[in-house]
Amino acid sequence: MERIPILKMGPYLLVTIQVDMHDRVAMTLQDELTQQIVAHHARGVLLDISSVNVVDSFIGRMIGNIAGISRVLDAETVVVGMRPAVAITLVELGMALPGVRTALNVDAGMALLKSAGRIATNGRPAR
Amino acid sequence: MPQKTQLAGDIRDQQDRILNDWVNYQLSAGTLRRDLIKEQELREASRQFLGLFVTALEDSEDISTPSWKPAKEFLADLTRTRALQGFNPSETAMFVFSLKQPVFDLVQRQNQHDAKKLGGDLWSMTLLLDKLGLYTMEIYQQSRDSIIQRQQQEMLELSTPVVQLWDEVLALPLIGTLDSGRTQVVMEALLQRIVDTGAKIAIIDITGVPTVDTLVAQHLMKTVSAARLMGADCIISGIRPQIAQTIVHLGVNLRDIVTKATLADAFRVALQRTGASVAKAALSAHGTTASGDDQDEGN
Repeated sequence: MERIPILKMGPYLLVTIQVDMHDRVAMTLQDELTQQIVAHHARGVLLDISSVNVVDSFIGRMIGNIAGISRVLDAETVVVGMRPAVAITLVELGMALPGVRTALNVDAGMALLKSAGRIATNGRPAR
Repeated sequence: MPQKTQLAGDIRDQQDRILNDWVNYQLSAGTLRRDLIKEQELREASRQFLGLFVTALEDSEDISTPSWKPAKEFLADLTRTRALQGFNPSETAMFVFSLKQPVFDLVQRQNQHDAKKLGGDLWSMTLLLDKLGLYTMEIYQQSRDSIIQRQQQEMLELSTPVVQLWDEVLALPLIGTLDSGRTQVVMEALLQRIVDTGAKIAIIDITGVPTVDTLVAQHLMKTVSAARLMGADCIISGIRPQIAQTIVHLGVNLRDIVTKATLADAFRVALQRTGASVAKAALSAHGTTASGDDQDEGN
């Protein structure tokens, strides 16, 4: 059974998806990530999908779900490194992932999380 | 069949006379474009085609047989040239159809005392020349289609430049109507440039888009969504007053997207967000700019 590693980086969790996401893997990831967020009191999750070439509507919804779940647990999710073809596919599938933060790469995503953390002390960020 | 070869033989015998009559008919017809073709060229083309026509006719009356190939190729070349020169369909088709009259004259002269053979010959010639005329029209249509296709392709390639305005700021000036095919090309170009340059903000300028209907708006939203998934924010600029009215009247929802009236406004917002600012240069005695520090941040 393939598993996707979840790395802890300070107050954030880094998830790098480097295998083809099939449905079972995605479900396991959602499950483990939820537990890790609670266990580490994580403030943010970086979901790196730069190695993902193929997405379908299920995976699109899983990404949305993961973001939704972690927001409930007070951790901001940033999806980073989406490829152009994947972005076009998701839009064509009608899944523009509203409410999910995005960044071009891990660097930009980390900067976004850090700035979001600062704003969060005064209240939730606008988006 | 001896009867057919006899007709072909008659045409060959009187080739010069037919050619003369034919050229005269074409010259006197109202559909000839004297501004586009010279009499000399017309005579030469007519002579060549008549030669090929007779050669093929001696062999068969069916234009789908191989013996008609040279004649058809010549006709296709001529038609393509005329389509490019700007002849209209009837002017192009007239080249073949005007051959009817001299050929019919000939058939009449040869069969003055045999009404049955006259009818038969006339009918077979009509069929043959009509087929050639239709063939001309097909080629004409094909060449026009290929011209249109090529132009569309050129437009598609020409009209999707993605330019970098500043560090992390891209601009996409759209010119012309947005259909789904173009949206795809535009989207791919924009997303690839976002990856290449690491841009955070993309300005889509629609000053050159003549009309915005619900479909165009939907295509714009798709592009914006895709760019957002890549981590870049989009600003739509260049919205003309009429277009603003149309958008609201159509009930298109652009509320989630930042829109600005001009590219300059959008650029100002983009600079603010990236933390850069531009100030007017106050010229000092040394000719250096006072705002050098501000610009360095952006560079």
